[in-house]
Amino acid sequence: MLDFPRWKVWAVWLTIAACFLLAIPSFLPASVTRQLPAWVTAPKINLGLDLAGGSYILLEADTADVAETRLEAMRETVASEMRRATPRIAIGDISTRGGRLSFLVRDAAQVDAARERLLSVTGSGAGLTGQREWNIEVVDSTRFVLTQTEAGINQAIEQAMGDATEVVRNRIDELGTREPTIIREGGNRIVVQVPGLEDPEALKALLGRTARLEFKLVDVNANPQEVAAGRAPIGSQILPYAEGGGPIAVKRATILSGDQLTDARQEFDPQNGQPMVAITFNSEGGRRFARVTQENAGRPFAIIVDDEVISAPNINEPILGGAATIQGGFTVESANSLAIALRSGKLPVALKVVQESSISAELGAESIQSGVLAGVVASVALMVFMIVTYLRFGVYTTLALLVNAVMILGIMGFFNATLTLPGIAGFVLTIGAAVDANVLINERIREELRRPRGAIQAVEFGYKEASTAIFDANITNVISAAIMFVFGSGPIRGFAVVLAIGIVTSVFTGVTFTRLLVADYLKRSRPKTLHI
Amino acid sequence: MRPLKLVPDHTNIPFLKYRVVAMVTSLLMLGASIVLCFVMGFNLGIDFVGGQSLRVTFAQPVSQDEVRERVEALGFGEATIQQFGSPQEIGIRTPVPEGGVDAANQAAVKLRSMIETTYPGATIGGVQSVSSKVSEELFRTGAISLALAMAAIALYVWFRFEWQFGVGALFALFHDVVLTLGFFAITQLEFDLNIVAAILTIIGYSLNDTIVVYDRIRENLRKYRKMDIVSILDLSINETLSRTVVTSLSIGITLAILLVLGPEVIFGFTAAMLLGIVIGTFSSVYVSAAILLWLKLKPDSFVPKDVNPHGAERVAAKDLP
Repeated sequence: MLDFPRWKVWAVWLTIAACFLLAIPSFLPASVTRQLPAWVTAPKINLGLDLAGGSYILLEADTADVAETRLEAMRETVASEMRRATPRIAIGDISTRGGRLSFLVRDAAQVDAARERLLSVTGSGAGLTGQREWNIEVVDSTRFVLTQTEAGINQAIEQAMGDATEVVRNRIDELGTREPTIIREGGNRIVVQVPGLEDPEALKALLGRTARLEFKLVDVNANPQEVAAGRAPIGSQILPYAEGGGPIAVKRATILSGDQLTDARQEFDPQNGQPMVAITFNSEGGRRFARVTQENAGRPFAIIVDDEVISAPNINEPILGGAATIQGGFTVESANSLAIALRSGKLPVALKVVQESSISAELGAESIQSGVLAGVVASVALMVFMIVTYLRFGVYTTLALLVNAVMILGIMGFFNATLTLPGIAGFVLTIGAAVDANVLINERIREELRRPRGAIQAVEFGYKEASTAIFDANITNVISAAIMFVFGSGPIRGFAVVLAIGIVTSVFTGVTFTRLLVADYLKRSRPKTLHI
Repeated sequence: MRPLKLVPDHTNIPFLKYRVVAMVTSLLMLGASIVLCFVMGFNLGIDFVGGQSLRVTFAQPVSQDEVRERVEALGFGEATIQQFGSPQEIGIRTPVPEGGVDAANQAAVKLRSMIETTYPGATIGGVQSVSSKVSEELFRTGAISLALAMAAIALYVWFRFEWQFGVGALFALFHDVVLTLGFFAITQLEFDLNIVAAILTIIGYSLNDTIVVYDRIRENLRKYRKMDIVSILDLSINETLSRTVVTSLSIGITLAILLVLGPEVIFGFTAAMLLGIVIGTFSSVYVSAAILLWLKLKPDSFVPKDVNPHGAERVAAKDLP
């Protein structure tokens, strides 16, 4: 036990030195960090939102919405596909009620042709097993019923969530905030963390918007009374105005959608100085917009965002340049927010905020301050207690505690771990609990000295006999840390990480490091008796 | 200089003599805790019941009743108003409004704008809102992690020791967790996700204590094979008593300082831990060893029962230097 091989001594000290170096960058002020190369300052502990201040938002997608959107899309696909068929397949009584698409093929002789067509548009297969995305049934020999399969819906949700995460990222990047974290969680959730952002209202407004932009012609022939009563003429639908105003009937067919946008900016109307959104189409969109405005000059069209009509201006002249403007009583903020939403693309699925928390930087700083103060006072109290209880061995314990603290910080820095408020508690607690290993050893040494044994033998037995208890006791802590990490969320995980790191380092410092110090003392002074 | 010794060198306290009294006390407290949990319930934080909470720093001191009236006038149900430190710092909690996610978001906006317009100069330091769907999930995962941790630890003890020890450890854990829950029921301190973490940690440390005692019992069972079981248990507890006291005090000191000086946000967390340490120490000294006796632990439990008698002798000889 006294014979520490030279390489082991070096290994212990090198490990400690490495952790010490890794811990330094976390404590350098930003002014120093900026002057050093990045690799030197890379190992740094991140502060959790509860300490640094910022906003946390949990978004949830309405998956029923995905299925419904998909159903509506299929309705349009089917309609256009049957129209395009040669000879044209006449269909009727099309409906999407009850989550299924059903329609009638007017001529029974065309049923097989219709089925051929349907097979080509309903997708070949989804998922690993290659299940169909849609089930096609024919009832009463001419009525087709299309239902979505589970695999098809799941694939669509998966796709939509992937795209939605990307859109959320784009929108947050547009806000110009620093280092946001955007992670998909589970089947239908997205976690957004933005350090430094204290008022998440703007962010929530931006993310809560699907930003589905559509241009549709206004149905000028609709009877105003029917429209007011909410009954739309065939081929039209009734939509509300965004800023109050009565409902308006528009044609179902979309002339142009936001998919064809290449850019959207907030600008001011040169005529009246009002804020507006200027949009630019890609070449295909520009061509189509030009054609439609040529054909419909003099008639009104509606600019629709998320099923609300923003404005319905008359087409005064054909719009040929591939650019247009959206006006409609905007403020600078609302125009800017719409512009960001439009240029970052539409969300394939509506997202809702299901959990939110934001903490101001002052509150976080207060927490750090009192946390650090408590940590320092607690450590000092503990060290005094250890030294009066075990004298020289208490000093070794104290040294082990200090090294332990530095090692935890160093390792956290190395993994770029996040320190949260419960993390600080975990840290303080680890320090408190780390003494247990030393208490076990020191008490064992006391016992051995009472037997009586010589100093060196007592120390030797003390370390040896205490080891099984230390091992068992620490394993149980590892178990609870692991369970906290797996099942916990956010701050609890932070606590578990600190706890787990603390368990490893406390065994290293409490057992190996103190043994090194004790062995050195025994070899140098060969004491006859120990005061412990 | 002589070291401080809180526990004398040779104690001989007959702990097990009081085992019936200790056990009855334990069972009574357990029963009381369970009743309390059901009758009083918990002051569940918004993590678990949903709702929103705001932390507001007002420009001048304000009356809590006035704030409560104004918040309740918005119509989200009963609001909880809590003071942090100075009378200018107030926490407001409202239940989750009915009508799904949109209603909740509107409620948040209404509450904020009410504060901003009625109390100019007030700053909102922290906002938290949790929808009822998420809170149900958090509650479920919290409960699952508690149950899993207890099961995993009991299994581990059973493998490392004997089944009696596994049952004893499980009972001690159950005892500590239920008593801590009882404490939260009676004090109505807010019970949130952090408290679940605290309880998981208590499980770890309470077991720390129990394991150290058990470890010594196992060792003594091998060493003194002729000694009767009550004496072995008493001896083991006495031998580890000094360690139990020093460690519990160390963690106690740390937690007490954290309780007084640490951030308010973790007050409940620290309180739970501190209480857990006290209960855990009691249960590892009085409860977990006594259970072994009732579960008929025999002095030869750790002597290998294989056919080779020499093997048994060797084990005993190795441990007797």
